[in-house]
Amino acid sequence: MGTTYYLKTPLQNEDVSKLRAGDIVFLNGIIYTARDAAHKKLVDLMSAGKNLPFDLNGAVIYFVGPTPPKPSEPIGSAGPTTSYRMDSYSPTLIANGLRGMIGKGERSQEVIDSCVKYGAVYFGATGGAGALLGKRIKSSEIIAYPELGPEAIRKIEVEDFPVTVINDVLGDDLYQKGRAEYEIK
Amino acid sequence: MREVDFNEIVSGVKNLINYTSANLPKDSIDALERAMNEEKSPVSREVLRQILENSQIASKEFRPLCQDTGLAVFFIKIGDEVKIKGGNIKNAINIATAEAYKESYLRASTCHPFTRANLQNSVGYNLPAIIHFDIVEGNKIDIEYAAKGGGSENVSKAIVLPPASGTNGIIKFVRETISKAGSNPCPPLTVGIGIGGTFEKCAISSKHALFRDIGSINPDPEMAELENIILEDLNKLGIGSMGMGGTKTVLAVHIESNPCHIASLPVSVNVQCHSSRHGHITF
Repeated sequence: MGTTYYLKTPLQNEDVSKLRAGDIVFLNGIIYTARDAAHKKLVDLMSAGKNLPFDLNGAVIYFVGPTPPKPSEPIGSAGPTTSYRMDSYSPTLIANGLRGMIGKGERSQEVIDSCVKYGAVYFGATGGAGALLGKRIKSSEIIAYPELGPEAIRKIEVEDFPVTVINDVLGDDLYQKGRAEYEIK
Repeated sequence: MREVDFNEIVSGVKNLINYTSANLPKDSIDALERAMNEEKSPVSREVLRQILENSQIASKEFRPLCQDTGLAVFFIKIGDEVKIKGGNIKNAINIATAEAYKESYLRASTCHPFTRANLQNSVGYNLPAIIHFDIVEGNKIDIEYAAKGGGSENVSKAIVLPPASGTNGIIKFVRETISKAGSNPCPPLTVGIGIGGTFEKCAISSKHALFRDIGSINPDPEMAELENIILEDLNKLGIGSMGMGGTKTVLAVHIESNPCHIASLPVSVNVQCHSSRHGHITF
């Protein structure tokens, strides 16, 4: 197992560059939620030269479509969705300041290359642990595209949100390394 | 002819959906605990620990186990000596689905295939339910339910092999499908395999195979043996829990086979994530 870090968002360059595939990170602070539909809208805004609904510099995006909150709670269950559906959009966001992504599942080589080139990391959270992860979210506010329902962009505040570094700034990939270690040919 | 009240079905199915959303069935918990004890990778063991802790939180606080509360999938066996008083069974299932998903704050995940617009305000909340009917002898109605998530469904595959491919062809197709899926379908998995029938019959069989309790023995000894062979083969892939690397990629392999055409060997692989939310109720 790797090193354990507690990091605050927005992420600083020195935070991102010390992280290695396999490290455990507990994130604290503001992060933003977005799935495929919201990513498409963000990239469309950028190509039209318009402002985004949040500041990308040092930002972390969480790929999640939570369940509706119960009346007394900030958010429902909120585990990661499969990340490859965001692969065609992530490089543009990384090139413009995005420093962290949270999801599950392998990323494309283009995303991994963008992480190396611009200094960003891809974190994995435990898929299917939606109840556990939802409890680490202390507040949630829809800041764009409410019409997308579960896919709206939310500004959420997390406390000790547990993630694992999958792809680091050196181009290492925990999925490949982990699998190679245990594969029996 | 025995009569069952429409409202009794609606309320029974609602309870089943509500309960299943927050309570992982015992067969799944047992299988995950066994996997955690046997897993060699410490990273995968930690993932399994989180998955089990998640199931405790969900159950204790009545929260959805996963934010992907799935499409509602049903297999229904209707006895030929029972009728429903006050409505038809398809309506009962759809009403129960919409009401349970809304009342328990589960996610509405059905959308239009092209516009991708959520159907909650047009067709209904998480509607339509996916329902497979069968007519059987007797005076009972048996309803099996699972909440089927999208991530594992996305890596599922069907193929019609030439008969000469045989058992080795089936094993190879399953291995390629699970290998390519990698971390995406949220392993450790249950792998449902439909063999034989027609193109659609084997796909439905592979889905139904996922409803069987993990750890149960296939009543067909030949299929039980093939399940063990494929399970061992898949656990050599090294994918591990959530793809972190490990020795427990698959918890169980379930096969359902059907007679097929002399020219064909249809094979379907339907994948279930570790959060195997399933249950059944009889009226």
